[in-house]
This record gives sequence, structure tokens and C-alpha cells, in this order.
Amino acid sequence: MPAIVVEGLERAFDDVLAVQGVDLEVDEGEIYGFLGPNGAGKTTTVRMLTTLLLPGGGRAAVAGHDVVHEARAVRASIGVALQEAALDPLMTGRELIRLQATLHGIPNAEGKRRASDLLERVDLAAAADRRVGTYSGGMQRRLDLAAALVHEPRVLFLDEPTTGLDPVSRKTIWEEVRALNDEGTTVFLTTQYLEEADRLADNVGIIDRGTIVAEGTPESLKADIGSPHVQLQLAEGSIAEAEDLCGQIGRLLPPADARTVLVEVENGAADIPRVVRALDEAGIEVASLELVKPTLDDVFVAKTGHHLEQEDPGTEEQERAGA
Amino acid sequence: MSTATGALSLNLRVVHSLGMRSIRQTFRRPQLMAPIVLIPTLLLAIQTGGAGSAVNLPGFPPVQSFLQFMLAGAMMQALMLAGNSGGIAMAVDIEMGFTDRLFAAPISRFTVVLGRLAGTAALGLFSALWFLAIGLAFGAKIESGVAGALIAIVLVTASALAVGGIGAAIALRTGTASVVQGLFPLIFVVLFLSSSFFPQELMIEPAKTIAAYNPVSFIVDGIRGPMISGIAGSDLLAAVLAIGALIALGLWASARALRHRLRVG
Repeated sequence: MPAIVVEGLERAFDDVLAVQGVDLEVDEGEIYGFLGPNGAGKTTTVRMLTTLLLPGGGRAAVAGHDVVHEARAVRASIGVALQEAALDPLMTGRELIRLQATLHGIPNAEGKRRASDLLERVDLAAAADRRVGTYSGGMQRRLDLAAALVHEPRVLFLDEPTTGLDPVSRKTIWEEVRALNDEGTTVFLTTQYLEEADRLADNVGIIDRGTIVAEGTPESLKADIGSPHVQLQLAEGSIAEAEDLCGQIGRLLPPADARTVLVEVENGAADIPRVVRALDEAGIEVASLELVKPTLDDVFVAKTGHHLEQEDPGTEEQERAGA
Repeated sequence: MSTATGALSLNLRVVHSLGMRSIRQTFRRPQLMAPIVLIPTLLLAIQTGGAGSAVNLPGFPPVQSFLQFMLAGAMMQALMLAGNSGGIAMAVDIEMGFTDRLFAAPISRFTVVLGRLAGTAALGLFSALWFLAIGLAFGAKIESGVAGALIAIVLVTASALAVGGIGAAIALRTGTASVVQGLFPLIFVVLFLSSSFFPQELMIEPAKTIAAYNPVSFIVDGIRGPMISGIAGSDLLAAVLAIGALIALGLWASARALRHRLRVG
């Protein structure tokens, strides 16, 4: 049974359609990356799936329960870490996790034990009894993640878990998400970071203006828009001859300038030795050589006609909707 | 344990935990604590120090001292500000997304409101004890003894819950701390247009008529009666009815505002 099934999900704020007919399916044990720019409809979708917002149309089921008619059963099955870690700065880390345990009906003694274990797991044991207001952004995100795990949820929703974090903190969160997934937790992750979706997600749904424009594994999405290409910058020798030689190995692409050759290669890195050998034998000196692979941004551009921008995450689609 | 009993037990635990969080939050944030203790205590000191001879005015009820008369007013002021502070804290929770954390849990969402109200009621209890202690320390006598003190404590605690319900409703409806904070001056208008700080008999119109119908007057008279004279059944009943009506209004308005908030997200 899929962990998440969404059919024709819709939601409007006043006259603005924030989510319009989203369909998706997430298998048990999968990491699903929901990728899109600010205002695309990611957070609105997550809020509907986590029962925090009623859908305007369509239906959705999480962990086998309908998000409208079996909302409490959905909430018992999910862990949620929403955008910008909603934490009380006056509570300590331990108090927050123990409160979260109580909210999920975990007995006091067990809640106490799990709080200690989770704080240890996210490397916050030393700061457990400090007020959250004294934590760094990375520590707050790790605490938020730990709180979402206290009841061992089947499905974990992470709404932009690394937005605004430094690279080291981001990597720590990625490692933790990967470890959780290895333990069997299904993860629904929204992000505006291409690298995050690429590195973590088994499947990616790209959303733009409230609609899913592409879905698949990161590899299949990138493969759909073309093979990798070799980009050569010539130091010495004839550009025409270089193009002629490269054209025998792969398909030539329009170059960016007069000293550059672009050639699409079917086998990626495996074709590089052939290119180098051919040019070397012809006495053509190469200043630089790079294998350029399609990125999810290329996919995004191909599907939407614009780049995935990284703006202030605080705005999101509700601002677009004027809500 | 049946499912219903289990759910009730879980929701009671949640109310207790959220109530404890609310109390800790108030004690850890001085700007929430100040209105409950500092402002009413200062006002009590200023009023009793500066207007003590008001007890000699014709028509002033027979009292041992102006402090004895003013204690109920100070308690009323403290509990109303506690209710308002509870509303502000709830609005801050909404603004920073903390209520989403609570609403994403498998509990009745109204327990989130009840948890906040439990904390506000506890702060009401604290303010009743605080002003009783101050009164006794400075020589005020509780005419009806321990029973009178207990009645005052219960009425103040229940009133704090009632006012907290109204504060929570406004917080849930607006989701904005500054709006709830904006009610601060209105609280003083309501207090001054009641018998909190001055006997109704000595007020001039139209304040006198407004005070006669102001539910705050019924409550404060119910608290004051056992302190300055004895326990009067009619005053007590009026106070209980006023508090009951305000609790019902607060809970009804909170439930409606909660439904609205969940609908609009």
C-alpha cells in the first residue's frame, strides 16, 4: 500500500489557486522530494497532507487514512517538521520533546527515555536543558526533527528542513534523513534546493504554480532532457578540426564561444578518453575539459521555462495568495 | 481501558502539560509576569497610599481599611491582565507556528485552548494568593475568615479562566499578538466602569449605571463581600452566575474561532 496517495488536490486562498489538481503517490519506505520555488504550492500541499489545512477539492490519504475524514488517525501516523522550526524559545530542548511525547500519548517514563535517546541521536544531549532560544539555527532544526520522531511515525513530513542552514548543518540533516529512511520511515520532503532533492530523493515531484510539472527519479528526469555533454576549451589548434573529430564521437551542440566545443556524449564519463585521445593524436591542445551533466534545474527550465530561484523562504505561496 | 476513557485520559494529560508550559512561559518571560503581579501591586500601593481617606466618605461601605476594600479590585485587575496575557501568549504561539505543532498531534484540538486556559486559571490562583498574602502582611483582615479567603481564591481562579477564554478567542480569531495586546487599555476602562476600585454608590452617572450592569462588578462584589463583611448568598450567586456566563461565552467564542482558524489554515 502506498504511504501517500493524492488525487486532484486543490486549495485556493481567496481568488488565488495555490494548489491546482495535484496527483502523486509515494511508496512505503521512499524519500519523496517535492521540489519547487517559493510560492509553488509546496507548503500548502504539506499542510493539507498533515491535516493542518482542509483541501478545497480532491482527496488525499496518508498511511492509509483519509486526511479529511480520518484526520486524527493520519496525525497519529505522521511526524511533522514544518518550515522554520516552530519552537518555543522559552522551553528547553528536553521539555519540548517530552511535550511532544505527551501529545502522542506516550507515558511519562517512556517519554523521558525517548527524549534522552533522541537528543543523543541528534547530538543535542549537552544542550538538552538549555532554552531553545539559545540554540543555533542548525540545532533548532535538529531538535525539530527529533521532536517529529518521538512517536516513531510511519511517514515523516519535512518542510524545507535545511532552508537557511549552513552547509555543515545541512549535511547533518541530510545524513539523519537518510538514516531514518534506512530504518524504514517514509519521508516527504519539500525543498527549493536542487542538490537536496538530487542527493536525497528516490523520486522527485517538481511543482510550479500549484501544478506538478514533472515526476520521476532524479536520474530519469535528467535523462529525459538529454545526455551529458563534454565542454572543451581549446588552447591551440583548429576549432573546425576539433569539431570534426568530436562530431565522430557524439552529437555537436551549439558552442558558447569561438574557442569552445560542445559535444553530447551518450556514455558520459566513459566517452571522455576517446575525445582526449582523438584531439591529442591531431595535435590539438586543450585548455580545459569538463563533463556537464543535466541538472534538475535543467529539468525545471525545460518544463517551466524559468529557473528555480532561491528566494526568501518565509514568503511561500500564502504571500502569493495574499493570505 | 476503553477507547473513550483512553482519549479522555490523554486529553487531560495534554491539558496538564500545556497548562504547565503556559505557567513556565509566564514566569520565564518578565513582560508576561509584570501585568499580573507588578502593575496591580503598584496600583494597589498607590491607591491605598493616596486615597486611603476615601473610606470616610458618606456612603462608603464600612471597612477596616481602604486596603481591605481594594484587595478585591487588585485581584480583579490581576486576573483580567492574566487572561489578556494568556491571549497574547496564544497569539504569539500562532504567529511563530507553535500551534501547528500542537494541531498536528492526534488530540482534540480544543485541548490546546483548554491547556492555555488551565495555565491562565493557575495564574489567577497565584494572583489571589499573592494579594491575600499582601493584604494580610499589611494588616488587612478577612472578615469571614478562612472560608472567605477560599471563596475569593475560587472566584478569582474561575474568573481568570473566564477572561482567558475571551482572550483565547480573540487570539484564535486574529492570530495577531498586537491585537490582543491592544485590549490592555480596554481592560482598564472595564475595570474603572465597575465597582473594582470604588463603591458603585459613590459613582456619578453614567458610570454608576454602567457599573451596575457590568459583570465585573458582580464578580468583584462576590470576591469583596467575604473580605469586608460576611458571606452573602445573593452576592455570591450573582458572582458565580456572571463567571459562569463569561466562561460559557469564552468557550463558545474560542470554539468558533478555532473552527475558523482550522478552516482558513
